[in-house]
Amino acid sequence: MQGLTLLWQYRFDILHGIGWTIQIAAGAALVALILAFVAGLGRMSARRPVRAVASIYVEFFRGTSALSQLFWLFFVLPYLGISLSPGLCAVVGLGLCFGAYGAEVVRGAFEAIPRSQRDALAALNFGRLAGFRTVLLPQAMILITPLFSNLAIELLKSTSLASLITIPDLTFQAHSIVNRSYDAGPIYLFTAIVYLILAQTIARSMRRLEVHLGRGLHPARAARVRA
Amino acid sequence: MGMVEFRTVSKYFGNMVVLRDFDFTVEEGEKVAILGRSGSGKSTLLRIVMALETIDRGRVSLDGETLWDADAGVDPGRGGERGRIRHMRSKVGMVFQQFNLFPHMTAVENVAAAPRHVLGIDAGAALALAQELLARVGLADRARHYPSALSGGQQQRVAIARALALEPKIMLFDEATSALDPELVSEVLDVMRALAHERSLTMLVVTHQLGVARAIADRVCFMDEGRIIEEGPTEEFFGAPKNERTRAFLSAVQVA
Amino acid sequence: MPFSWSFVWEVLPALGRAAVISLVVTVGGYLAALAFGLVFFGLTRARRESIRRLGRWTIELVRSTPLLIQAYFIFFILPEYGIVLSALTTGVLALGLYHGAYTAEAYRAGLESVPAGQWDAVHSLRFSRFAAYRYVIIPQLLPPITPVLGNTFITMLKDSSILSAVAVPELMFVANDLGSERFQYTEPITLAALIYLIMSLSFALILYWVERRMRRA
Repeated sequence: MQGLTLLWQYRFDILHGIGWTIQIAAGAALVALILAFVAGLGRMSARRPVRAVASIYVEFFRGTSALSQLFWLFFVLPYLGISLSPGLCAVVGLGLCFGAYGAEVVRGAFEAIPRSQRDALAALNFGRLAGFRTVLLPQAMILITPLFSNLAIELLKSTSLASLITIPDLTFQAHSIVNRSYDAGPIYLFTAIVYLILAQTIARSMRRLEVHLGRGLHPARAARVRA
Repeated sequence: MGMVEFRTVSKYFGNMVVLRDFDFTVEEGEKVAILGRSGSGKSTLLRIVMALETIDRGRVSLDGETLWDADAGVDPGRGGERGRIRHMRSKVGMVFQQFNLFPHMTAVENVAAAPRHVLGIDAGAALALAQELLARVGLADRARHYPSALSGGQQQRVAIARALALEPKIMLFDEATSALDPELVSEVLDVMRALAHERSLTMLVVTHQLGVARAIADRVCFMDEGRIIEEGPTEEFFGAPKNERTRAFLSAVQVA
Repeated sequence: MPFSWSFVWEVLPALGRAAVISLVVTVGGYLAALAFGLVFFGLTRARRESIRRLGRWTIELVRSTPLLIQAYFIFFILPEYGIVLSALTTGVLALGLYHGAYTAEAYRAGLESVPAGQWDAVHSLRFSRFAAYRYVIIPQLLPPITPVLGNTFITMLKDSSILSAVAVPELMFVANDLGSERFQYTEPITLAALIYLIMSLSFALILYWVERRMRRA
């Protein structure tokens, strides 16, 4: 099959592309994770300026498309004197974009914790940081993890947009191979399967994290006394 | 000076008056039950003592120190205020109607949480202390269970142990048995009764269950519309209630 | 920073027309997604296990793969089989297929939210299948899925920018094109981003209004 020989012929390019995809995804995910907590908690702050800044950030990056954000960083920022490498554009752009979505997840999770838990913390005289760390955060993480899993997969898929700002990721490689060989079907199908495998890996790891975090809350599991 | 003192305290929620020119004193070591219908202000009373609510008028003091002084203009959000409130809270422990255990921690971890993270006791010592307290409430063998695996009565006993871990001078019980199935009430009541034997511990028990008041209290108060309508030593109160509204309440609750 | 307002006025009409194309593509894609979603969903409820499995795998594949790859795929594959469509139609097809996998999930969640007792009632009153869906089931599953389907539209509007890569003459494509003419990207791209923002905020407001009216009904 011509498709398979093509794949073998360009195997190094393809691996190179996968490497780029994973790097961009990991970098953007880190940025997004940090921003999600900073902005999510910021939206719940008692101080109005903090809330305002966080809200503007979230609404702006949720309202515009990821591609326009990437293009803006890539094409417009240099005119303001800041010239980022394409890789950095992708990491920053996608990080900002998904950080905004993540912030809403974080905010929703913390708001879902019953107020009575905060009463209990007050009654036990917990300091703000101690209470957050030992009681509120663990409970929020249980709600956050599945939603972050979905966002992580969306992030993985949006790394393909980096191919449009000259980053030689998997999509870029696939597209250039097709342009050279005119054999679209098998190449794109193979690419799709690689993305599928990466997405499944993310989903499975996140599910394991979910199970680990939620061990206390499922009655059937809790009946098994911890060893 | 009493352990808990309310002097002409008023509290509003918007337009609603929850406490009205409220005067109330509890001496050290007293066990006081507070009865009343929902909306009478009894839960708010406890929340004020626990510094979960502020007051709009009057003065509240605990153990000789001022907790709230409405005239002095108190702003609980400010830094210095927070330290003061935490200092006052350290004298008080509270048990809630809905237990409010931390669902992601085992029973022993729940009890050890405050000693560890509030008092700074190291993990090992905190767990040992927690284990002891759980034994005191009869749950030594359930130490490693999660709240979701415990019955309501067991959860509430863990909640009591958790509150006791900080060695408060005043223990508040906010409808502690009201959310329990009838057959589970007695195990919690037994724990409360054992606590009542401690001479130095001051207990404020808000409840609408007369049996609880009878079993624990030295003195009973009946609250209605933000005021104490009647109060007196337990036997006198139940034996010969003087006020008409008190009698109406008692007979209504007895039937239910 | 060289930001020339004259250039802004120059490109605004072209961008405006392209924004309309974006909307057209989104609306077309949305209807296609609703239809494809029904097909996908139908597959997962087929009587034969093999067809159900095919349905689930297809949905999984479409949801795990970037829209860009799927757009490229359709764009290059169809001509090989003799189907020649305009770039616009291809774009609508790609958007519809991709989001169809998500609307299928929405249909499933909506159906599950209808209490089981409703089916019992419908059977005991001997409603025909069609009547049951039309008068009982669908009216009850619309309120919970409206927010999801509304958000799908807004998401699709933003995703439509990706179709610029397959030469669909929508907003992002035109902005890029105009920018490359004089190598002055600042104005067109900033404007395009703002237009996306205005459009998505407007639709978010409309969705909010629709949800409120539904709650009152």
